[in-house]
Amino acid sequence: MPEISHYQVKTLTIDGKEVCASEHQTILEVARENNIDIPTLCYFNGLNGVGACRLCLVEVKGNNKLLPACVTQAQEGMEVTAHSPQLHEYRKLIIELLLTERSHVCAVCVSSGHCELQSLAQKLGVNHVTLPYLHEQCKADGSHRHFVADHNRCVLCTRCMRVCDEIEGAHTWDITGRGIRSRMITDMGEPWGDSETCTNCGKCVSVCPVGALVEKGKAVAEMTKPNFLPYLIQMRGKGQ
Amino acid sequence: MDKARIATLWLDGCSGCHMSLLDIDERLLDIASAIELVFSPLVDNKEFPENVDLTLVEGALANEEDIEKIKMVRARTKLLVALGDCAVTGNVPAMRNNFVLADVLHRGYVDNATANCGPPVHEVPQLEPKVIPLHELVAVDLFVPGCPPSADLIFFVLSEVLAGRIPDLSTRSHFGN
Ligand code: SF4
Ligand code: SF4
Ligand code: SF4
Ligand code: FES
Repeated sequence: MPEISHYQVKTLTIDGKEVCASEHQTILEVARENNIDIPTLCYFNGLNGVGACRLCLVEVKGNNKLLPACVTQAQEGMEVTAHSPQLHEYRKLIIELLLTERSHVCAVCVSSGHCELQSLAQKLGVNHVTLPYLHEQCKADGSHRHFVADHNRCVLCTRCMRVCDEIEGAHTWDITGRGIRSRMITDMGEPWGDSETCTNCGKCVSVCPVGALVEKGKAVAEMTKPNFLPYLIQMRGKGQ
Repeated sequence: MDKARIATLWLDGCSGCHMSLLDIDERLLDIASAIELVFSPLVDNKEFPENVDLTLVEGALANEEDIEKIKMVRARTKLLVALGDCAVTGNVPAMRNNFVLADVLHRGYVDNATANCGPPVHEVPQLEPKVIPLHELVAVDLFVPGCPPSADLIFFVLSEVLAGRIPDLSTRSHFGN
């Protein structure tokens, strides 16, 4: 067992609790192992982390910047604060920004009841938004045989892009534009149905946390996402 | 003990929240002795009275009449409750905000009309350019999301308020249904 001798265990604290981390573990992974719940949206177990949504921001003593737990490696002696009134306010604000930037009308959404944004809003106590709604009309692309992409509900988590690239190997999805003008695109911006790279595998639909990528023909609240995780981890294992 | 003076108001919503309120059914009798319904689409009062303890408001603010009403109701109500997603977020009525109002009216009253073409200008309140949730114009004391909020949830809100508490709904309600 030659590897064991190089195996380094780090000790750190999260919210005052002493925890252990193995090498390469992120703060988020360690927190979850220890039943410390840090809210996440763009993170998807089995895909590479990108730190896109910033919901998992934590404070680390001695660092004046907030760090995303999903892409920050645990270090020896770190003192991490994952929950504080201030962090809670930031997280609520992120949810508000997401709810106001696109058009989320849960009452008429196919994913209502099975949506991570909707349940995060509830969990964090966002029962109304304090920012004005932007009401910007985005495109909905229904050109694919089986699926619909409704950009009015996209939260730009890039899970679709990552699963399509890292697992399916097609890299149909990508992102164009910057900041508030960012949009997910298929191929070079062609309609999804015309995509030459898409294999119709449906992985992107499975991992989309909201009602942006859905199967055709679903009525309000009918779109449930399969539990994709066991499959994903299995595929990951094979690839490595 | 004086009865709590309760009102309900129906603005730009589908009446689903009021239907949900009625779905409380026989439990309404349990609280009936503790309340007086002083104004509501469900009772025959024309004037919104002064000194209302609690007003449940269904619907978003979509036209000039809604705006006048909510200001007046706010001034006369101690605890103003935004009941349901239309009041809380704008919800379905606010979906027209993604378009220019003139286009929406044209679509409804010209493109798709077979008789009396053109939007009505007399005897109906004129639409505001944008539909907004209540709290964009007046202070709201309690938000009850849901489309519609369930009868159980509304009953819980009423019971808690009658017991002198502001209910915590975080585990009981979310946007949508
Ligand atoms: S995607 Fe989620 S938050 Fe957005 S409308 Fe649908 S259920 Fe609501
Ligand atoms: S269906 Fe599969 S191949 Fe097509 S875009 Fe989605 S993940 Fe990529
Ligand atoms: S389409 Fe879905 S998975 Fe893709 S970025 Fe938008 S929200 Fe995320
Ligand atoms: S979950 Fe960490 S940034 Fe999105």
